[in-house]
Amino acid sequence: MTVDGWETVIGLEVHCELATATKLFCGCRNTFGSEPNTNVCPVCLGLPGSLPVLNRQAVELAMRIGTALNCEVRRSIFARKNYFYPDMPKDYQVSQYDLPLNVGGHLDLPDGSRVGIERAHVEEDTGKTTHCHGVQARSRGGTGRIAGASYALVDYNRAGVPLVEIVSAPEIRSPEQAKAYVTELRGILLAIGASDARMEEGSMRVDANVSVRRSGTDQLGTRAEIKNLNSVRSLVRAIAYEARRQADLIEAGGTVVQETRHWDEDAGRTSSLRSKEEAEDYRYFPEPDLVPLDPDDFWKKAVRAAIPPLPVERREALAAAAGVEPGEVALVVETGLDPLVKAALHAGIDPRLALTRATNEVAGRDVDPASVDATAFAATLRLEQDGRLTATQSKQVLARVVTGGDPAAVAAELGFEALATDTLAAAVDEAITANPAEWERYSAGEDKLTGFFVGKVMAATRGKADGKAVTALLRERRGS
Amino acid sequence: MTARATAAELGADVRAGRRRAADVVEQHLRAIEAREADVHAFNLVLAESARAEAAAIDARVAAGEDPGPLAGVPVVLKDNICTRGVPTTCSSRILEGWRPPYDATVVTRLRAAGAVILGKTNCDEFAMGSSTENSAFGPTRNPLDLTKVPGGSSGGSAAAVVAGFAAVGLGSDTGGSIRQPASLCGVVGVKPTYGRVSRYGLVAYASSLDQIGPLTSTVADAALVLDVIGGYDPADSTSIPDPPVELSAVLGEGVDGLRVGVVQELTTDANPDVVARVVAAAAALEAAGAKVEEASVPAASYALSAYYLIAPAEASSNLARYDGVRYGLRVDGADVDAMFAATRTAGFGAEVKRRIMLGTYALSAGYYDAYYGKAQRVRTLLIRDFEAAYDRFDVLLSPTSPTTAFPLGAKMDDPLAMYLMDVATIPANLAGIPAMSVPYGAGDDGLPVGVQVLAPALGEAAMFRTAAVLEASLR
Repeated sequence: MTVDGWETVIGLEVHCELATATKLFCGCRNTFGSEPNTNVCPVCLGLPGSLPVLNRQAVELAMRIGTALNCEVRRSIFARKNYFYPDMPKDYQVSQYDLPLNVGGHLDLPDGSRVGIERAHVEEDTGKTTHCHGVQARSRGGTGRIAGASYALVDYNRAGVPLVEIVSAPEIRSPEQAKAYVTELRGILLAIGASDARMEEGSMRVDANVSVRRSGTDQLGTRAEIKNLNSVRSLVRAIAYEARRQADLIEAGGTVVQETRHWDEDAGRTSSLRSKEEAEDYRYFPEPDLVPLDPDDFWKKAVRAAIPPLPVERREALAAAAGVEPGEVALVVETGLDPLVKAALHAGIDPRLALTRATNEVAGRDVDPASVDATAFAATLRLEQDGRLTATQSKQVLARVVTGGDPAAVAAELGFEALATDTLAAAVDEAITANPAEWERYSAGEDKLTGFFVGKVMAATRGKADGKAVTALLRERRGS
Repeated sequence: MTARATAAELGADVRAGRRRAADVVEQHLRAIEAREADVHAFNLVLAESARAEAAAIDARVAAGEDPGPLAGVPVVLKDNICTRGVPTTCSSRILEGWRPPYDATVVTRLRAAGAVILGKTNCDEFAMGSSTENSAFGPTRNPLDLTKVPGGSSGGSAAAVVAGFAAVGLGSDTGGSIRQPASLCGVVGVKPTYGRVSRYGLVAYASSLDQIGPLTSTVADAALVLDVIGGYDPADSTSIPDPPVELSAVLGEGVDGLRVGVVQELTTDANPDVVARVVAAAAALEAAGAKVEEASVPAASYALSAYYLIAPAEASSNLARYDGVRYGLRVDGADVDAMFAATRTAGFGAEVKRRIMLGTYALSAGYYDAYYGKAQRVRTLLIRDFEAAYDRFDVLLSPTSPTTAFPLGAKMDDPLAMYLMDVATIPANLAGIPAMSVPYGAGDDGLPVGVQVLAPALGEAAMFRTAAVLEASLR
């Protein structure tokens, strides 16, 4: 984004919860929405004497993420990040620090740009604190004072849930690119089964490091880290706001300070949470209760082999099959409808028609791509393509058969039997005979009268005629 | 002091039906009743549950079942080893009243071998100390001389064994906390190879150094207990997967041809009467066929300094969880941070606070490399030096403690003097190697002197053979 001579520099830190059966270091279930403090045990409660045992499935999913993001998957060690917080049972978080599992990858976006991935490391999640009576604690958006508060409740069900933190290089340049990055990343996480990646439920959480610099300069400006971005919309708005704020600040002679800022979605602005000086010293050191994590080549190869086609590959494959640019199939792939479109192409459906109908009539319906009936989809489009359904009728039929059904039967049920060709021809001839003056002008080349005749035919057939077929007949009668 | 029945004898007798576990428990409870008020070895005596456990053992024997090698053997546990439903305090106010919902792996294994848990023993708070005076519940006294400390931090377990309160005590050893009290109380104490005994359920002090081990009257008893509690535990990621050698089976193999090195760096600074006992021990081994020479482990001179960075650093993190939120003591404050501070200020004793502060400092941004990082490099050097020494020697010898038991209060105002009590024991923890203290006569004051036998990682067999020969040479 270049606004008024400023360039925005963005790096994103994305936390995603891994879709494992159990937690990172114990056998408790990793599930969302249980009764508070029911999925807990001595280990994830950090009881004295308990010890962590690493979950192999979590490592495997983390390796998948690294592999899908073109990282080097390598020997890593866990480290303790020490700070006091009531929802963190041990008052330290087991994470990875100087030796993360995945390093140095990249993510290709649909617009052709590439964003570097610095690292993707494994760590445990914390519990959740609910402050009652307006309590707001430090580092969760408040002042740290519990004015008027009587108590806080902590749910440790989430404590110890496996996370991967994916850190991008500061190579994102606009809110829109940030959105594309998060969307693409989410698509990858879903494709490889690593996470359900729902921002609203918190299984995917995004923090944005934002700085600005004069266009044409290379030096990075001082950055602010923005937290509390609970949707892609928040992300886009917050980055735009923060970039504007920093540019205005510098232009007014001020200086950007390195700090953590909180995004307020309702107010549409960021506000300071804590400055660098107030930042915690996490006193990282190697976690002595765990041994180094060093996946062997056999395991790495098996993980690589199990990676399904990623969105970028699927876009390229579909674009090639449809004869369009990869960017044009992005939404279809993002919504997982590329198999549907491919099946339609295979059935001889026009690529544009298949893409348009998939994008507008299927993607918007929020149905599980796996439950969409590809045969019914292709059959409906076949009826439309053969002129037996109008575009409007085709959309209405699709709405009914998207998860299964017989399009012809549904069309009949809706009274959409296409007119027999001779009936249509009769209706066209009748319209010509009834409007000789207009026909004369049309025959002389006045094409704008096409609509007039189509309208007459539609009226006569009570809307069952296909406009394209009527136009074709009119031209045929005119002899051009 | 009446001759104490050994765990091996008691277990064999109960197993064979020659003695009732119930009688064994009563006999030990009587000993406790007679002297516990003076000694204060226990934080908690579990008389009722011990009687019930003993009755169950007797019933099993009567039914023709085999309760295991420790059938009816009374065992006491240092109070930093978790026991299901039974308070586990680490001798700290901050954990007062907390009852773990689970047994430590060693407790599960002891019970499975027929042992009867007689109580939880006093220790220095969170195992930080060398005299058991840093207990929130008052010091333990040395049963051999009540004006003296029993050593620490596992002083309660050592005192319980020498006083005849129990046949076996379990302790934990992070820098000498089993071996030093064993030395001062005249019992056998073993710090196994790091990873040989599961730490699951041991309340952590310094995770990379902590090991659980036995305190017993005899070398054979220590072998028996280690055979029961040792071996792989999937609940401890640092546990060694290889099946360990059965120590009870190799005890009698002697030391003929064994190469023994007396570590100069660990011996020269000890009191002359203590050094004299090490010299005598070396002579006894030589007489039994071992080849004894001087050995050098140069980096051992820096071990104490490295230890007092690494152990407090890990402790500062391990003890963070005692914050008043979930269990134990809570002292309210104006906000959550004030509550943390008030709880920890009231709940921890002076030595624990000192080490938390030391460790926090050592890990701080800007100091990490100079302190924690450098200490870890010393640790690497020490491991290399030991490896070099073990190219030439099968086992190493040194004093366990530089002195015999010292008077209560003598070192409480001088932390450094107290830390120096562990100068010879700390290297084994840093290197992860096994070491044990064997009673070998007395010092000028008539109090026991322990000789330390060290072996390479997983070299417990040679270490126990050496210890057995030393023990036999005194008979």
